[in-house]
Order: sequence, then structure tokens, then C-alpha cells
Amino acid sequence: MSLSKIKFDKKIVLSFWIILIALIIAAPTLLPVFRLNLLGRYLSLSIVALGVDLIWGYTGLLSLGQGIFFALGGYCAAMYLQITSSSEFPNNIPEFFALYGVEKLPFFWEPFRSPFFTFLAIWIIPALVAGLIGFLVFRNRIKGVYFSILTQASLLVFFNFFNGQQKLINGTNGLKTDVTQLFGQMVGSESMQRIFFWITAILVIAAWFFAKWVVKGRFGNILIGIRDDEPRVRFTGYNPVIFKTIIFSIAGGLAGISGALYTVQSGIVSPQFMTVPFSIEMVIWVAVGGRGTLLGAILGAVFINYAKSLVSEALPASWMFIQGGLFILVVTALPEGVLGWIQGDGPRNLLQRFGLKRKIETYPSLEVNNKEGNNE
Amino acid sequence: MELLLDSLFNGVAIGSVLLVAALGLAIVFGLMGVINLAHGELMMLGAYTTYVTQLIFKLPILKPFYNSYIIVSIFLAFIVSGVVGILLEKTIIRKLYGSPLETLLATWGVSLILQQFVRSVPLAYGTGLVISLLIGLFLPTTFPSKIKESINFKYFKFSSWIFAALTGVLTGSVISSSVSKLSRASARNVDVTAPSWMRGQVEIIGTAFPKTRLMIIVITLISVIAITLFLNQSAWGMRIRAVTQNRQMSDCLGISTEKVDIITFGIGSGLAGVAGVAVSLLGSVGPNVGGNYIVGCFMVVVLGGVGNLLGTVLASFGIGIMTDLIGAGRLLSIWPDMPLPLSNTINFFATTSMARVMIFALIVIFLQFKPTGLFPQKGRMVEN
Repeated sequence: MSLSKIKFDKKIVLSFWIILIALIIAAPTLLPVFRLNLLGRYLSLSIVALGVDLIWGYTGLLSLGQGIFFALGGYCAAMYLQITSSSEFPNNIPEFFALYGVEKLPFFWEPFRSPFFTFLAIWIIPALVAGLIGFLVFRNRIKGVYFSILTQASLLVFFNFFNGQQKLINGTNGLKTDVTQLFGQMVGSESMQRIFFWITAILVIAAWFFAKWVVKGRFGNILIGIRDDEPRVRFTGYNPVIFKTIIFSIAGGLAGISGALYTVQSGIVSPQFMTVPFSIEMVIWVAVGGRGTLLGAILGAVFINYAKSLVSEALPASWMFIQGGLFILVVTALPEGVLGWIQGDGPRNLLQRFGLKRKIETYPSLEVNNKEGNNE
Repeated sequence: MELLLDSLFNGVAIGSVLLVAALGLAIVFGLMGVINLAHGELMMLGAYTTYVTQLIFKLPILKPFYNSYIIVSIFLAFIVSGVVGILLEKTIIRKLYGSPLETLLATWGVSLILQQFVRSVPLAYGTGLVISLLIGLFLPTTFPSKIKESINFKYFKFSSWIFAALTGVLTGSVISSSVSKLSRASARNVDVTAPSWMRGQVEIIGTAFPKTRLMIIVITLISVIAITLFLNQSAWGMRIRAVTQNRQMSDCLGISTEKVDIITFGIGSGLAGVAGVAVSLLGSVGPNVGGNYIVGCFMVVVLGGVGNLLGTVLASFGIGIMTDLIGAGRLLSIWPDMPLPLSNTINFFATTSMARVMIFALIVIFLQFKPTGLFPQKGRMVEN
């Protein structure tokens, strides 16, 4: 799409990294605990945004159900925390079970006694669920809008299930994590939150590199091929189902990690993570930041959420207007997102409009072919 | 037998709410390929229209006609939602034809704005705004063609918008000064009380049915018949079908596709408003009332097969009857001595929310076998 990607000097890149790492290390001392905690949460949300970018920006699958995997990761983490700090409660099971008269731990809680299992479950369970849903949907060549609607329906299935099952996972109330213990420390305590912030920051960078690695090379090319012309990919001899399933489960795994980090930092996981608006919001972070640009997803998630908290503190009623307007604006005026606009022809077009830069004459047919979606 | 009838009626009642809500969506999505996530909010506008109409009919002048307010509000809701829909089409959706995922995101933004709008703007002024939109959009089209073709038409248009704005402000302040309940913004849910002739129950073959449910079935029936007649018998219906089948060819043959788009979207949105009237009879009306229906509506459309009204009808009644069978645990009372594990499973799903889980899971399984729904559009394209 954009032929003129900005090439940075190596020195600039290096100094960017040094500043970034310094900021991450210094953030806990610079920011008050409340703000630090918010920043940590938004950074963890940027991991799920990376996943959305992989499946939507690169593969063209608009999933409105990433909340499922996000919440599953959160529930895995919360179940482990609840179960390890339940020794003083009756029957050695988490406190809320007593409210519903449950005396025996439901069977699926048992494996979560092990920290090792939990560590794996946080990303493997969401990835498996995503792989299963994805495979069933992609196998039938359900795509585009139908895929979006089906993922949204699955989101509602999961929401209703988790919301209705008080006796299994505390239903609407969700699982609290801030008063639980991890390695002898209170999860909600300041020192633990600081550690979680650092873990989150490192994982965001790791996830970014991972996503970059995924979209690089042949695998990434096939993903982009699927986005731009799936039948052609199929006719060339590739099976898009496999690639779509793999990338969808990767996004699911990322969402799971993100959900777990978000849960320990916000102190609770509840079916509210699986509401329809939250999952659509994830998409808009990517859309605003710039789909198909991994950095855009991270920046979009962090900045929009920060703006949300700042605006909601000042003018609670106006955030919905701003958010709605942002959706419409991005889709109609800035389809490539902010970063995509900067990396693409945006600045040059703007300068041209004000007469500050000479117009580039192109051969008319090139111009037509450059536009997306003219193959219909 | 009585049990079966009861179950059937309940299923049809649930299904008819779904159907009237999904009907507009089936038209907008099926015929235009636009994913309108603001459909639920257009329903909400219809429900609020019912509420406003009800309060206005309580004024001394209109008091004698109070019992007929619900009939009037059906038409008003159609107009209100239709006008908002047309505005939406003219400003946003027009730019996004051919890219359904983009329409999905943009209309979601619209739905957020509409939700917050009814929360933070007094309903009286909201009514005024809709009236001014109505005048501003339609007054210029009533001018004689001599004026329309003249070079100064834009000034006529502009002055009609000014007139529209003034009328809107005037009606808004008249309403807000005469009906105190509408003069303040509030996020609280409001209630629509059915007129006296719709309260109570009716006995059919020994079973009592609530009249409001029957009213909803009647509304649904009329909407379905009207829209079928419109699409199949009228000239504009034929143009709409032509554009659906082949847009470029219709354009070449002189059909104004722009007008067709506006009419299609307006009718789809208007039907959402009618659905809103039906929804307002079922429970209290709030800014979030539309969100409860939107996913169910999409499931109906997908299950029925896109662009097919018969499929939509069958799918919504199917989902309605299944919801009732599963959600109320009726299978147990039909077949009391079934094996224990089966009855345990049925009991597990016998709540409203778990029934939803089951229904959606069943739909996903169904789509495994028929990915394009009950009545797919036939064609030989690789992509559609």
C-alpha cells in the first residue's frame, strides 16, 4: 500500500530504545501509584490489541469476540490466585463457594493448584478455544461479515455461560484477585503492582517482537495474501484454513496473556470482560492506531485508554460522544489509522494541499491500481 | 395438547419480537450488505417515540384520543427512525458501500452517540431535532421542479434548513413547557403503559394469552405483509430488487441507485422503529434497550439466509420456539420420565441465559452444515 515507509537512522532507533527502557524502569518512581497502575493496565491491553492487529490488520478477519480469550486468560490467573490463598476458608476452597453451599471444588479447578499449569493455561487455553472456534468457522469458508457476527455470537454464549454459573465460577460477581496472595505477597499491594508493571512492559515488547516475527517472511506474506485475495491464495495451492486457524489461535493466546495481566492489575475478573462493547473497543484501538502497523496497535490501545480515563474523570458524559465520533472519523476519514497515515502518503498529501510540496505526477492507471478494493 | 399450544404460542410470541426486530436488519443487511450495528439504537428511538407520544396524548387537547396513541406511535416511530436512518445513510453509510466491515465500525460509533444522546439531551428537544431533520430533508423535495432545476436551488435548500431549525426549536420548547417529564434529560429507564384495551388477557381455546403479546404478533404480521407487498408489487420494490441483483446494470438502465439506497435504508430503519414500539410494550425503555436485541437479530438474518424474507420469518419463529422449549424446560414436562443424565442436562439449560447459550451453540452447529443459512442465494461466484 504505502511505498514510502520512513526509514530511520540506526542511531535514532538505538536512542529510542534507550529512552524507552529508561522510561519503563523509571516509571514507578515518576508516576503516582494510581497512574502507574492505569498505565500498566493499558499496556496489558495493548497485547490484546496486537492480536487484533494480527488477525484484522494482516489477515483481514474482523473478530468481535476477542473478549472471550481475554477473559479466559483472566479467569485462569484468577482461579490460581483464589485457590492458592484459600487455606483459611472452610473446606480449603475459595470463599465465594460457601455462599452457594458448594462444598467440593468443581473438577476443572483442580489443575489450577499448580502454578506451572496455570502459567501454561493462561495462554494455551485461550489459544485452543480460539483455534477450535476458528477452525469450525473457517472450515466452512465463513468469512468477512459472517465471521464477525459469529464471533460476536460466541462472545455472547460465553458471557451468558460465565454470567449464569454462580456455583462454578461466581457468576456475575467475578473472581477477585487483589486480596489474594502470590508468593507470600498481597497481589493488590504496591510492591507487587510495581512488579506487575515491569512484567507487563517486558511482555508488551516481547509480544511486539513476536508479532513482528510472525508477519515477517512467507507466513506473513500468506496472511496478507489471504487478506487481499483469499481465492487466489487458495488457487495457488495454499490452504487458507490452516493459516487462518493458526493466526486466530495466536491472537487468542495473546489475548489470554493480556487478560491475565489486566486481571492482576485491576484486581478482578468478571463476565464484564466479555461484553460486546469491550470487544469492539479493542478493534477501534487498532483502527485508530493504524491496522497493519503493529506499533500502531500498541500506541492506539495505550493512548485511547488514557484519553478515556482522563476524559471520563473530567466530563463523564462526553466520552461516549467522543468515542462514537472517533469510530466514525477513523472509518470515514482515516481508514489507515494515525500511524498508517503518517507512514503512508498522509503528510505529503497534507503538505501538497497547502502548497508546501510539489505535487507528484503519476501515471493515471497507477493511481487507480493503488486504491484498495477495486477488484470488485 | 394444551401444553403444546401454550408452548407454541410462547414461541411465536418470542419469535415475533425477534422477527419484527430482524426484519429491518434483513432488508438493510440482505439487500444492501450494510452491517448496521445502530439498528438496536434505532429500535430504542422507536421505543422512546412511543413514550413521548404517550405523554403528549395525555395533554388535555388529545386526551379523548388517548386510547389510540399506540396506533399513532407505530407510524411516528417508523417516521422518526426512518428519518434518522436516512440522515445516517446520507452522511456516513454512503461513503462505505462495498466495505461491510467499515460500516460495522462506523455504525457502532453511531450507536454509541445515539445512546448518549438520549441520556444527555431532554427528550422534548430530541423530538424537536427529529422534526427539524424531517423538514430539512423533505421540504426541498416538495418544491416544484422549476425551482429544483434552477441555479439558486441551494439557497432554497439552505433557507428550508433554517426554517426547519426554527420549527424544531419551537416544537421542542413547546413540548418541554407543556410536558414536564420531557423537559429534563435523564438516564433512567422509562415505562410505557399500554392503553386500557390492551391490558389483560384473551382466552383462546381454553388458554389465556396476554393482549400485549397478541398486539406484537399483529404488528409483526402487518409489517411482514406490508414489506413483502412493497418489495414484490410496487415499482420502487422492483427497483430495489434490481439494484440488489446487479447494481451497475440497474444504474445503466436508468434506475437512480442513490435514491434506491436512501429508500431501502430508510425503510429498514423505519422498521426498526416499529420494532421499538413492540419492545416498549414488553418492558421498560432505556438507552441500552436496543443492545439486547442486536446480536439475536443478526443470528436470525444469518440463519435465515441473507436477502430472503421467508428465511428470516422461519428462522425467527424457529429460534423463538426453541428458546421457549429449552428456556422453560418444557421438554421435561412433555416427557417426564426421561433418563436422569438427559434431564439433568435439560435442567442445566433451563434458564433464559443458558437457553441463549444453547441456541447460539445450536446455530453455530447448524451453520457447519449449511454455512449460508436456510435459504442461500444461488450463484456460481467464487466470492459473493
